[in-house]
Amino acid sequence: MQFNGKAHKFGNDVNTDYIISGKYKFKTLDMKELAKHVMEDLDPGFYGKVTAGDFIIGGTNFGCGSSREQAPLAIKYADVSAVLAKSFARIFYRNAINTGLPVVECDTGQIDQGDELTVNLAAGIIENKTKGATIPVKPLPAVMIKILNDGGLAAHFREYGGFNFD
Amino acid sequence: MPMTITEKILAAHAGKEQVVPGELINARVDFVLGNDITAPVAIKEFEKIGVPDVFDRERVTLVPDHFTPNKDIKSAEQAMLVKQFSKKHNLANYFEVGRMGIEHCLLPEQGLVGPGDLVTGADSHTCTYGALGAFSTGVGSTDLAAAMALGETWLKVPESIKFEFAGVLKPWVGGKDLILYTIGDIGVDGALYQAMEFTGPAIENLSMDGRFTMCNMAIEAGGKNGIIAPDEITRTYVEGRCKRSYQFYQSDPDAKYDKVIHYDASRIEPQVAFPHLPENSRPVSEAGNVEIDQVVIGSCTNGRIEDLREAAKLLQGRKVHKNVRMVIFPGTQEIYLQALREGLIEIFVESGGAVSTPTCGPCLGGHMGILAKGERAVATTNRNFVGRMGHPESEVYLANPAVAAASAILGRIAGPGEVE
Repeated sequence: MQFNGKAHKFGNDVNTDYIISGKYKFKTLDMKELAKHVMEDLDPGFYGKVTAGDFIIGGTNFGCGSSREQAPLAIKYADVSAVLAKSFARIFYRNAINTGLPVVECDTGQIDQGDELTVNLAAGIIENKTKGATIPVKPLPAVMIKILNDGGLAAHFREYGGFNFD
Repeated sequence: MPMTITEKILAAHAGKEQVVPGELINARVDFVLGNDITAPVAIKEFEKIGVPDVFDRERVTLVPDHFTPNKDIKSAEQAMLVKQFSKKHNLANYFEVGRMGIEHCLLPEQGLVGPGDLVTGADSHTCTYGALGAFSTGVGSTDLAAAMALGETWLKVPESIKFEFAGVLKPWVGGKDLILYTIGDIGVDGALYQAMEFTGPAIENLSMDGRFTMCNMAIEAGGKNGIIAPDEITRTYVEGRCKRSYQFYQSDPDAKYDKVIHYDASRIEPQVAFPHLPENSRPVSEAGNVEIDQVVIGSCTNGRIEDLREAAKLLQGRKVHKNVRMVIFPGTQEIYLQALREGLIEIFVESGGAVSTPTCGPCLGGHMGILAKGERAVATTNRNFVGRMGHPESEVYLANPAVAAASAILGRIAGPGEVE
């Protein structure tokens, strides 16, 4: 899995209400529709600024707050290819993997707004093309790579009839 | 090898003699839950998995509590999906409006979760049940779907932080203040991925309701679970209530912790968490002059009978400030009825407050008390993120029910001592 795109940078403690405000969550199961409101309280019109493949860059504790899966789904359906952050809140992290949104822990201090990045998940390499630098990545546990490769947890279950982490 | 209470419960559910932090386990779940926001997504995922039925109709419940009584057509359609699924799979527990309560008040009250359980719920405040000495954690809808289908989940065994609260609490200080103080100290990611084990004399003397409040907010420090070792207070609560057998686990005295943090609880004042993070807590005496428009008393954090009693003590014979609207949400119908019998509802109405049927309502900016641009609320809820209760430029201040009641009376953030 390799992605190319530019960086959209946010700060620390980006919570799930920022990612997709609670007031929209009951309205629809149509994630494409929800995606139009992604990050809008932090960056009005964010959805329109994303080109398919772009990255959301966070600081520490990205995705803190609610357990609602609409948060990673709204990001995924906004055509963001991956979220890179110094650390993630645990429920968001699980949900991202389970729904097939790649999440990468790395030193995002080396990435600025608008930097062009190439992220190779399998190789565990982030290349900051704008800065001509590579950023080391904390590799995902094998369990999570397996779920991501299968296209999320539901697809993993369909394939194996249960957990298969061998 | 010595283990913490969290490790013991996880080991028991993974069929292992012992587990160590960092280990990935596949564990049996005793109970799984979802609500009207998370369950519709889970139902879609459940159908994708393609199993005919849930793993156990007695151990899955979907509580329509967030946007109910249905706020509008869209929320009615979401709640309908929950109802249809519950009927189709003949789930033993379905709570329609009128019997419904806020999930994390309702499930312990109904005896559906108990000590020693492993519970996962598609709601971040599922960590509440740790107060019973259970391992309980929030997950997302896909995890819920998988657990509904299989009765299993994968978990990484967390490291534990032990919090020791020494001393005797000051008047008007309770579980809410202890947890806000703790989050203020360690930060909103201070326990990221970790188990928060609350111990010490102040915890041993804390009521069940106060313990639920503390464990409820473990997630606000990034914690995977909050947990309190069960004791006689727990036993009194669960006896005759729990519908399944339960087991009391204790941490070994020489169990390994990532950190042990000591607090002198006798020095902790009622706390207020300023916008826009729960970690912005400070003693109410240092709040300054903050005028408010709304007070919310209720939620899965502070919607229990003790919380209502505490608020009523201050509101009895007093009036809500003319510029303030106060809305009260008993956590369940049973709590509502108890409050009615004790005369608390009468006190609230006479003081000029509005009393609602149980719902999560304004806590997540859903309905029943949304803030306009520039408005401020004191709430006994758990999150004060930007836009959480309404307009992105509104503000939420988190506090205990006594501070909320005192603030309602004075029209500004105030400590209980100012009205007594």
